Amino acid sequence: MFPAPIERRAPAARASYRLAVLASLFVWMLPLLAVVLTSVRSHEDLVRGNFWGWPTQIRLFDNYAAVLAGSRMPQFILNSFLVTIPAVVGTVALASMAGFALAKHEFKGNRLLLMIFVAGNLVPFQALMIPVRDLVIWIGLYDSRWALILFHTAFQTGFCTLFMRNFIREIPDAVLDAARVEGAGEIAVFWYIVLPLVRPAIAGVSVLIFTFVWNDYFWSLVLVQSDNIRPLTAGLQSLRGMWQTSWELVSAGSILAAIPPVLVFFVMQRHLIAGLTYGGRKER
Amino acid sequence: MKLRSSLAVVLALLAVISPAGARTLVVNANTADPAPRAAWEATVARFQREYPDIQVQFNIYDSESYKKSIRNWLTGAPPDVVYWFAGYRMRQFVTPGLLEDISDLYTPDLKASIHRSALDLVSVGEKQYGVPYTYYQVGLYFRRDLLAAAGVAEPPGDWRSLVSACDKLKAKGIEPFAVGTRDLWPAAGWFDYLDLRLNGLAFHMDLMRGAIAYTDTRVRDIFERWRELLEKNCFSRNHASSSWQESQALLYSGKAAMMLIGNFIVANFPADVRDRMDFVAFPSIRRDFGRFEDAPVNTIHIPAGARNKEDARRFLAFVMRADVQEAINKATLQIPVNLRAAVADDRFIVRGRDLLARADGLAQYFDRDTSEDLANIAMKGFQEFMLYPERLEATLVTIERARARIYGALPVPAAAK
Amino acid sequence: MSSAKGSPRASPPVDAGASGMRHAGFSTVILLAPACGLFALFVVYPIVRSIGLSFYDWNGVDIPRWIGFDNYRELFVDPVFHTALANNLRWLACYLAAPVMGLVLAVFLHQHLPGMRLVRSLFFMPFVISQVVVGLVFSWFFNARFGLLNELLAALGLPPVALLDSERWSVYTMIVAGLWPQTAYCMILYLTGLATLPAELIGAARVDGARGWSLFRHVVVPELRPVHFIVAMVCAVAALRSFDYVMIMTLGGPFNSSTVLAYYMYEQTFLGLRYGYGAAIATVLLALMSCIILMLLWRLFHRERV
Repeated sequence: MFPAPIERRAPAARASYRLAVLASLFVWMLPLLAVVLTSVRSHEDLVRGNFWGWPTQIRLFDNYAAVLAGSRMPQFILNSFLVTIPAVVGTVALASMAGFALAKHEFKGNRLLLMIFVAGNLVPFQALMIPVRDLVIWIGLYDSRWALILFHTAFQTGFCTLFMRNFIREIPDAVLDAARVEGAGEIAVFWYIVLPLVRPAIAGVSVLIFTFVWNDYFWSLVLVQSDNIRPLTAGLQSLRGMWQTSWELVSAGSILAAIPPVLVFFVMQRHLIAGLTYGGRKER
Repeated sequence: MKLRSSLAVVLALLAVISPAGARTLVVNANTADPAPRAAWEATVARFQREYPDIQVQFNIYDSESYKKSIRNWLTGAPPDVVYWFAGYRMRQFVTPGLLEDISDLYTPDLKASIHRSALDLVSVGEKQYGVPYTYYQVGLYFRRDLLAAAGVAEPPGDWRSLVSACDKLKAKGIEPFAVGTRDLWPAAGWFDYLDLRLNGLAFHMDLMRGAIAYTDTRVRDIFERWRELLEKNCFSRNHASSSWQESQALLYSGKAAMMLIGNFIVANFPADVRDRMDFVAFPSIRRDFGRFEDAPVNTIHIPAGARNKEDARRFLAFVMRADVQEAINKATLQIPVNLRAAVADDRFIVRGRDLLARADGLAQYFDRDTSEDLANIAMKGFQEFMLYPERLEATLVTIERARARIYGALPVPAAAK
Repeated sequence: MSSAKGSPRASPPVDAGASGMRHAGFSTVILLAPACGLFALFVVYPIVRSIGLSFYDWNGVDIPRWIGFDNYRELFVDPVFHTALANNLRWLACYLAAPVMGLVLAVFLHQHLPGMRLVRSLFFMPFVISQVVVGLVFSWFFNARFGLLNELLAALGLPPVALLDSERWSVYTMIVAGLWPQTAYCMILYLTGLATLPAELIGAARVDGARGWSLFRHVVVPELRPVHFIVAMVCAVAALRSFDYVMIMTLGGPFNSSTVLAYYMYEQTFLGLRYGYGAAIATVLLALMSCIILMLLWRLFHRERV
């Protein structure tokens, strides 16, 4: 069993290992493959009950074109970007600043503040629904992108601050002190010394926040209502109401909704995994 | 201080970014199904042509999420126009002051153009709060060919023939009734009709306004009839996880023969099945009183907190017009409320209009006639009953507890027990 | 949903004597103010307000009316609330399978062959997909009429099942859906844990004759303890946040059998216009989470002492 490195074993063992990996990957991805397959089916296939067999016709272009041209999908996709990107930028900005203060400034309650950030971020956020909604209405931001951007920024800041704080702590004090001796103020130190040094952490945390915010459904349901504001998750659910039993369209829509985070993940993979697992590594 | 000032900065920023929407009209609609969607998109386009300086922002929701979201909007920052339903369901928003009084739109001429009962449905006291634009009949839609194949010559007209039709269809391996209770309300249609046929309209409306206990024997009678059909497995399997839209496929594929549903289903009939479909009113059970029907009326309203009420009024007035209602209802195969609008030349809707015109009294629908809070609990009870008829007692107690909480205790507890 | 899958967090490292730390000044305030302000406004204040509202009868429009503990008294006898609470506990219990499966997967995939990086990424992919999409996918998988599950059962000669229609099983269909991305998440955490296991340690154990299962059981598993902890936390958080799957897959049905606290709160608030009652449900949810947060804090504290 454990860590017998397969590359040192016989070629036969290696081959069977590969086979086992591929087989389990197939099973693992089966639900997704099924949706991909459905998304290129003709509607007649589905009416005839050919849900899982090979499609009689590949309708890749027709189905996806129907989704993109025949519905508000493009608008929803745009909405998602318009919420997610500012939220990521906002979170990273706020969390790096706070993280720097918590990592390198000594004051009473430093630890407590960090604890509050962490604990707040663990909360089942649905429990905040009524007050957050009222607050957003009171500020006058209900049904605006800002409602989502501000909430996501605030909520994600909790976790990100801890993350940035831990990262910034590893910067040797000497580096900062050298700059301070030169007469740089703390803001300058933050901007010119700290930020460039923590760029990898920022990348990791950005991908993570991107995924979380992009995939949010609950707040899209509670804080906004208009089609030109609603993000993709909420939009998809409403399109599902319209497409009803046109599963080929629902599937195509689902795939489209999944593409951006999957793309971001594959492009930024290294950073994302570094970000995700930073906590675990930090422990040792 | 920090907090407030940063808030102020954000707000200042927003003022710059968000467009000044003086002439934007925000309309939230629940018309996501294909036919109503097309009909309303065309209507909005027409409105835009007549009022080119009003920018209509038409948001479309699927009907079920819409029901859950509308309170969020109405009590928050509402759009300018909302789609909703007449009757108690509208009144429950009028009472806390969530809907705008639009009596000014109802000129004597306009009042004369719509049916007295429809006017009542959007009125509270002498004031009007909404514009009815469509209504339709509810009844049994069935496959004539499947009934014939099972040896049922005539569509069931009374309870005994309904039960015997079920037996014959079951013998043929056809499910008698397609139903999808995932969204709950289709089960309530069965409750409504059994009650209307067994206990009549007056009793039904008393029950709807919370004046009768759900543990009353007459309510139990409803479930005993229902149980008869359940024990024969007359309803399509797996109904609890299907919407009505998913279940209608059973009719088209020939696996089920009948469906208790509203006339909006007709717009969905596939071309090759349409000719074999037919409609009949829900069978009578007792013959000693009149025939009552569900005839749900759909409406549009202006929320009290709407920003652009002026243009919203224009939109409502537009939708009241006979020519506009005619166009909408011809596309959705429903009945216009404006009496001057013609009904589509379609056998289903023509029959439906006559059926309703000759009815001895009309109800809306279970979840439109009673408190929505109660309806939600009761309809879950109906669904549970359809799955586990043996739990009837506990189910009734749960519904009755909710009724008591919402409508208050009855003078004589468990009156007719 | 955003961070529904939870977020990994480090337990803050033991303060290594804060020498060289800058004393707080005006700059500290500037650095902290935006984060603290926003967090206080959108997270801390709503928590407090939610708890406060739970003592009121409020329809969201009129003036809230103070009713003391009445909402809680009603919750106590509300069968739907009991179902929701029980289901949340089921989610919690079942979600503990994610770490186990994640660890198994991680050990399985922890090999250095060409292409393994891509394989690991593909295994991880479900985690970055929205729960709305995952929910849709699994609704089809379990669909009684044409779902893949019944096709598979038929291929094995077994009778079809209608899990989504069953009051007993529908909650588990959602848990299975949720476990898919959650396992992926646990897997990636364990993979990193495995990658950073000190090679000398494994080598030394091998020299001592530890092999296979015993090596895994007595060396690797204990050595991964910090990861176990984080993974368990993350799963607990995710289990309490289950809402999307309910909204997409079952709507809490059949009747209320698969509802959870978050969904019941949403339903009571917006379908019943019972904001106070909804807030009371939210408070229970918060209390449940607090128990878990306290366990975390206790553990951090405990570790520092040792």
